[in-house]
Amino acid sequence: MNAVTDTQLNETSIPDAVLNAVRRDRVLTMGHRVGIWWTIFRVSLEERLVYRGDFALGTLMRFLPIITQIFLWSAVFESLNPADPSKARMVGYSFPDMVAYYLLTMLSRAFSSMPGLASNIARQIRDGEIKKFLVQPVDLLGYLFLSRVAHKVAYYTVATIPFAIVFYLCRDYFVGEWPDATRIACFIVSVLLGFVLGFFLEAALGLAGFWFLEVSSLLFVYMLLSFFLSGHMFPIDILPEPFQTIVQYMPLKYLAYFPAAIFLGKVPEEHLAFEMAMLVGWTLGFIVLSRILYARGLKRYSGYGG
Amino acid sequence: MPIIDIQNLQKSYRVYQKKEGLAAAVRGLFHREFKTVNAVRGINLQVQPGEFVAFLGPNGAGKTTTLKLLSGVIYPTSGSATVMGHVPWERSMDYRRRFALVMGQKNQLWWDLPAQESFRLHQQIYCIDKAEFARSMAELVELLDVAELLGRPVRELSLGERMKMELIAALLHSPEVLFLDEPTIGLDVIAQHNIQKFLKYYQQQRKITIMLTSHYMKDVAALCRRVVVIAKGSVQYDGSLDGIIDKFSSSKIITLLLSEGQGSAGLEKYGEVQSVELPRAQIRCSRLQVPATLAKILDTYAIDDVAVEDPPLEEVISSLYESVAEH
Repeated sequence: MNAVTDTQLNETSIPDAVLNAVRRDRVLTMGHRVGIWWTIFRVSLEERLVYRGDFALGTLMRFLPIITQIFLWSAVFESLNPADPSKARMVGYSFPDMVAYYLLTMLSRAFSSMPGLASNIARQIRDGEIKKFLVQPVDLLGYLFLSRVAHKVAYYTVATIPFAIVFYLCRDYFVGEWPDATRIACFIVSVLLGFVLGFFLEAALGLAGFWFLEVSSLLFVYMLLSFFLSGHMFPIDILPEPFQTIVQYMPLKYLAYFPAAIFLGKVPEEHLAFEMAMLVGWTLGFIVLSRILYARGLKRYSGYGG
Repeated sequence: MPIIDIQNLQKSYRVYQKKEGLAAAVRGLFHREFKTVNAVRGINLQVQPGEFVAFLGPNGAGKTTTLKLLSGVIYPTSGSATVMGHVPWERSMDYRRRFALVMGQKNQLWWDLPAQESFRLHQQIYCIDKAEFARSMAELVELLDVAELLGRPVRELSLGERMKMELIAALLHSPEVLFLDEPTIGLDVIAQHNIQKFLKYYQQQRKITIMLTSHYMKDVAALCRRVVVIAKGSVQYDGSLDGIIDKFSSSKIITLLLSEGQGSAGLEKYGEVQSVELPRAQIRCSRLQVPATLAKILDTYAIDDVAVEDPPLEEVISSLYESVAEH
């Protein structure tokens, strides 16, 4: 064994290291945590703005489907009552209701959709980039959450004006009364929690990559389900029973349907508290699920792969 | 007290055995055969604070697996290890703030942003205070001569420049232990030399403990006085670099500069002739017979100059690897 003794150093000759150890042992203060969060946020924001052309185009192109949707629903309602399309109803929705609903789901999806999150996590697991989060003192989920917030902030900065223009141009479709303060508050909270729920739901899917190296088919199935069951394609309350009840208890509706339904007064006042509690419950549930998947996944990764 | 203490560390993986052909692939859908790979089979090693240790070994010997174990990326199958008193695979935040891992083939920096942004992030996550950060940044940037590259997106840097940035990122928090996995892989001779020079200086100044794996003997010869050869998952040799030659090479190379008009005929009687390019001739003979052989040659031939050398290190190492593989 230790054939070389001349390079062995006395421990007392490194006071620097001792000082460092003292510095490192201290518990992180709240101020320090905020400093870390802010830096991750800021750097992610900068990263987002590097490809500004792609980013601007991607942001603006999302408004294009509005026009096709308006035409589509207009044709649907016309066929329902060719004599007087304005009297046509589809399970309680008039044509303006439908357009207003569509616009509002666009808004909620601007918060809850997480393009690339799950596939990115799965890729990091596959190419071992995830090691960085095992070696450096930083938490993967917290880090990804903050960079996602940064991405969203960059998106809203660019998208606010087009959104405002679209809502202004389409103001005539909003025929109902302006919601009261409680509903507005619930709407805002549901949109924000929709972001958190959407994040942890997709993160959980991406973390499945610890067990299946390829998650793209899983994601495809999820996207398909989400398109129909979140209310992105059509309001889920037009579904027949028993599907409607099932879908109403699933988490996906909070990603698109629910905030819009609150705004349009489709959620009865007496159900509001229960529905909000369910949203909080699902959000907490997926936070806990992703934490468990991450911890178990790391165990598996460290045990078998690396 | 050793700063790194490894006791009988073992790691085996289970890998899916895929057989050739479509029929086998279909069978693989229902029944999979796994093979156990023993990457590390009982390593014992103690490293003292301030040592610069090289890990040598053929591909697949278990070097990287050992570094991964010591960085806490993977759990061992059995055995124990402590680094600065921490069990690495517990991955405590405290441990993470005291060491660093640099992998030559893995990128830790933000690809699209200038390296300095990654450094700022490190300042935060490693809790480096402002003055300390400014001081180490200035020092590292000057030593590696990268001042004008700090603002350039990482994707636009050359491989050598990127490795310098990786090293800065890894050293900003003044780790007490540093693991380097092939830090000079793919670099040209000048870039390799610069990285070596830097590592040597930095290690001597800071007296930090470094474990390095590399396939370049030049790295090892320049940096490490202690060499640990790993092959087939266990330690085959632990000692100085020169000691490898003493232990594993039984021959010497005699180079003769023959006088004008002197032919090289008959040299094969004295040893294995390596090359003859008159007036120069090289023969290899057993180390113990060098004095006797040399005396006879000098008696028989007209010689202007003579040199007796060890065989090249690469050759000794590769024959060492081969001898291990045969057992």
